[in-house]
Parts: sequence; structure tokens; C-alpha cells
Amino acid sequence: MRRLYPVGLAVAAAMFAAAPLLIDRAPTESTMGLVQKIFYFHVPAAMTMFLSTFVSGIASGVFLFRGKQAADRVALAAAELTVVFGAMVLVTGPVWARKAWGVWWQWDARLTSSLLLWMIFVAYLLVRRYGGPGSEKLSAAVSLFGMANVPFVYVSVNVWRTLHPKTSVVPTLSPGMRGTFWFCVAAFLLLYALMMAARLRLGKQQAEVEQLYLELDERGDLPSRAS
Amino acid sequence: MKRWVRACLVLLALGAALPAVTTAQPPSTTAAQDEFVPMSEVPESEKLPAAPLVIGAYAFIWLAALAYLWSIWRRVGAVDREIAQLRRDIARG
Amino acid sequence: MSQFARVAWIVMQKDLTVELRSREIISTTVFFALSCVLVFAFALVRDGRTVVDAAAGILWIAIAFSGTLALGRTFERERYTDTLRALMLAPADRPAIYVGKLLGVVAMLAATEILLVPLVALLFQAGLLERPLWLAALLATGTIGFAAVGTLFAAMLVRARTRDVLLPVLLYPITIPVIIGGVRGTAALVAETPDVAMAQFWVALLFLFDVVFVVLSLWTFEPLMTE
Repeated sequence: MRRLYPVGLAVAAAMFAAAPLLIDRAPTESTMGLVQKIFYFHVPAAMTMFLSTFVSGIASGVFLFRGKQAADRVALAAAELTVVFGAMVLVTGPVWARKAWGVWWQWDARLTSSLLLWMIFVAYLLVRRYGGPGSEKLSAAVSLFGMANVPFVYVSVNVWRTLHPKTSVVPTLSPGMRGTFWFCVAAFLLLYALMMAARLRLGKQQAEVEQLYLELDERGDLPSRAS
Repeated sequence: MKRWVRACLVLLALGAALPAVTTAQPPSTTAAQDEFVPMSEVPESEKLPAAPLVIGAYAFIWLAALAYLWSIWRRVGAVDREIAQLRRDIARG
Repeated sequence: MSQFARVAWIVMQKDLTVELRSREIISTTVFFALSCVLVFAFALVRDGRTVVDAAAGILWIAIAFSGTLALGRTFERERYTDTLRALMLAPADRPAIYVGKLLGVVAMLAATEILLVPLVALLFQAGLLERPLWLAALLATGTIGFAAVGTLFAAMLVRARTRDVLLPVLLYPITIPVIIGGVRGTAALVAETPDVAMAQFWVALLFLFDVVFVVLSLWTFEPLMTE
């Protein structure tokens, strides 16, 4: 498994380097022109972010009801990744909007929903860091509630506001665009898997450190913590 | 003596800030923010070049991904060192 | 089933009895709601006229802010008198304790709203009292949804040092659909041409939100409150 990692990293890097070439060659959309090409990484980033919220929510559920520590590590890793990919969505979206519609932020339904979901998972990380003892369970509840909230956020923000291109953007893509689009989706998913693997490894190491401290504590000679 | 000096400095700072506050102009809005204006009717000077925006957006994604991977790498290094140290402590004691 | 209801009733009665004796939370909450309304009035009223839909927004913001305060104060009281641990140790169904606490918080918020609605209607010349039944339905479903999530998080945060700031940080992003529903529904009712169908839609959505989140809270209360 360890040996696959550098291979995966190389593949992901290659895909991300190839993407601009593909994007450049893809047909230009008629009404928005060049700036529409941001869509090739804005949408995959959004898809990855949503995937991550569900991974975190489900892992949190497993942690709360089955007590598996490994599930908690997955939930935390997925929450961090939600925040990272969410940041990508929330930066590329307004950049696209600035050129296409003249303003950075128009409270359009999809970006606003993404912002809300992003904030819920930033709250997850804040609770984790500043919540004191027992914050693992509390943050698990935040993640679970956040995931359960997705349909409500979607419906309420949509009824409140509609400016985003319709959901059916993907099926109506011309064939030249479709290939590039799915290539970018694959690149993002691969990147997500790699980051997840790396973050989980970190989580496991941290769990091992806790275990070692416990051992030392039981033996009575607890050294001062390094951090 | 010191308190007196501090009070004077605070008053001076406020006095300097006041004209700045009172003469501040509200930012002017462009037409596109008040209502929808199709691109063909927007004057050339208000059109933004798309290329820097597209490249900037793409660069941000790369940077965010790399920054996160670097942060993981850094944390893994710190934890590895801590584990090595603890293992030494356990072996010794 | 009746045992569950009995426990919930007893817990609620305890809370309300303690509150009626001192009237501490209710009076401070009402006054805080009033201050809230004033702050927003100064922000949004110009030449004696309010921005459109301001009354609906101000009402729900006041409810959200004073609700957060009431939640914090209720559980602070439990923490201070150390009765939360006693409650947890009692041979009672944990979810029943949650329901009891929830009912107590809803009762306090209802009392606040009874005073708040006529006041907002008066100050902003908004026809809030023209369709009392629909408004009551909106307020009921909205308050229950907000309180359901709030009671769970406040109970969990009792042990955290940073509980005061973390409660709003966790609560607001998750209850945004409630705020959207409440404000848009209320605005639809007081608009120049009242849109009852819209209000109906929001009541239905809020009701669904209540069902989902009360069930989720009941489900997670037990694992969250155990060490």
C-alpha cells in the first residue's frame, strides 16, 4: 500500500498538469467565453466537497453508534478535506462570477449552499480544537447533523434564490467538453483519495502517540509533552 | 505624568482619525451590480480580461492542494519524531 | 411510552418551576430580545420607514439570538448546581430527559415570542397579527427546530470551557434553513399581497426539519451524553 502512494501522487500530478491542455483544447462555450473554463475544476471540486461531507457524516455516525475510533479518524480527515475542497469552490466560484456576471458574490443558490456546508465543517474543526475533553463526540454530532442538513439547505436556499445555471449543466455539455470534464472529475477524485490516505496515516500515528503516552503514564515516568 | 501623556496621545489619534471618517466616500457601484447588463452592452473599459482570472483560479487550486499536502507532511514528521523519542524513553525506563 | 412521557413532563415541570420562582432567564431573555430589535431598528430604519421585509427578519433574528442566550443560561444553571450529572444518573430514559429539556426551552421561547410579535408589529407597522394561525404555525415549527438542535448542542457543551462561543458557532450554520423558512414565511404573510401558499410551503418544510432533527437528537442524545 505504501509503495502505491508515490505512484498515485505521480499520476495525480500528471493529470493535473495535463488538465490545462485538455481544457484549452475543449470547445469554448458561446455565451461566457474563456472564463467558463473555470467550470472544469470548480464543479469537480464541488462534487468532491459534497462527497467528503457524506464520508464525514457517515463515519461520524459509525463512531457515535459503534464506538470505532478508526471511524472518528476518517470523519476528522474527511472534515479537513471538506474545508480544503470547499475553499477551492468558494474561491473559484466568485472569480467565475466576477467575470461572467460582474459581481463577486450574488448569493446564488449553489454557492450559498456550499458556503453553509463549508461553515458547518469549519465549526467541526473548531469544536475539535477548542471544545475540550469529549469534543470528539460533539464534533461527530456536528458532522452528522451537517450531513442530515444537506437536503434542507439545498431546498431552502434554492427557494430563497435562483441564479445558478440549472443543475442539468452536465448532460447538456457538448461531447468535446464532456470528456475533459470527466477527466477533471477523475483527477479530483484521485487527489481526494490520496489526501485521505495521507491524512489517515497521520491520524493513525497520532493515535499511536497517545497510546505510547498512556503506557508511559501507567509506568509512572511521564515525560513532558513535545508539543 | 505617564497617564497624562497617554491620554493626550489617545486624543491626538482620535483627532487625526476624525477627518478620515467624515470625508470617506461610499464606493460607486458599476451598472452590472444594480441590474443585469448583457456583456455586449458593457463598455470595453469595464470588461475584465478573462485569462488572468482563469489562470488565477487554477493556480489557487494547485496551491491549496499543495499547501494541504505539505501541512500533512510536516505534521507526520513531527509525530514521527515524537514516536521515536517515546520509544527511546520506554526502552530506557 | 407513558413512562417516557412522564419523565419528560417531570423534567419540564422542574425547569419551569425553578424558572417561575426566579424569573431570571425569562426576564433577561425578553429584555435582550427587545435590545436586539432596537439595534436592528437603528440599522434598518431610515426616515421612519423600514426596509422591505425588515420586520420579518428582525423578528427571527431576535428569536435566534435570544434563543441562544436562553439555551446557554438554562444549561449554565444545570452546570452551576451540578444537577445535570444527577439527571444523567437518574434511572430514566435519556431521550426522555432530552424531550423534557426541549419542552422547557420551547416554553420559554414561546413566552418571549408572545411579547415580541406584537412589539415588532407595532414598531414596524407590519401586519404580523393579520394571519395569526399561519404565523403561529411558522413560529411553532421554527422554534421547535431551533430549540431541538440547540438543546442537544447546549447539553453537550456543558462540560466545555469555550461553551459560550461554541454554541452559536455550532448552532447558527445548522439552523440557517430554519431562519430562511421563518423569515421568508413571515415576509410572505405580511407582504402587500400576502402569499399564503408560500407560507404554507415554509411551514411544511420547517415541520419536516423538526421531525428529522428531533428524531436525530433523540437518537444521538444517549451516545453523546455518555462518557
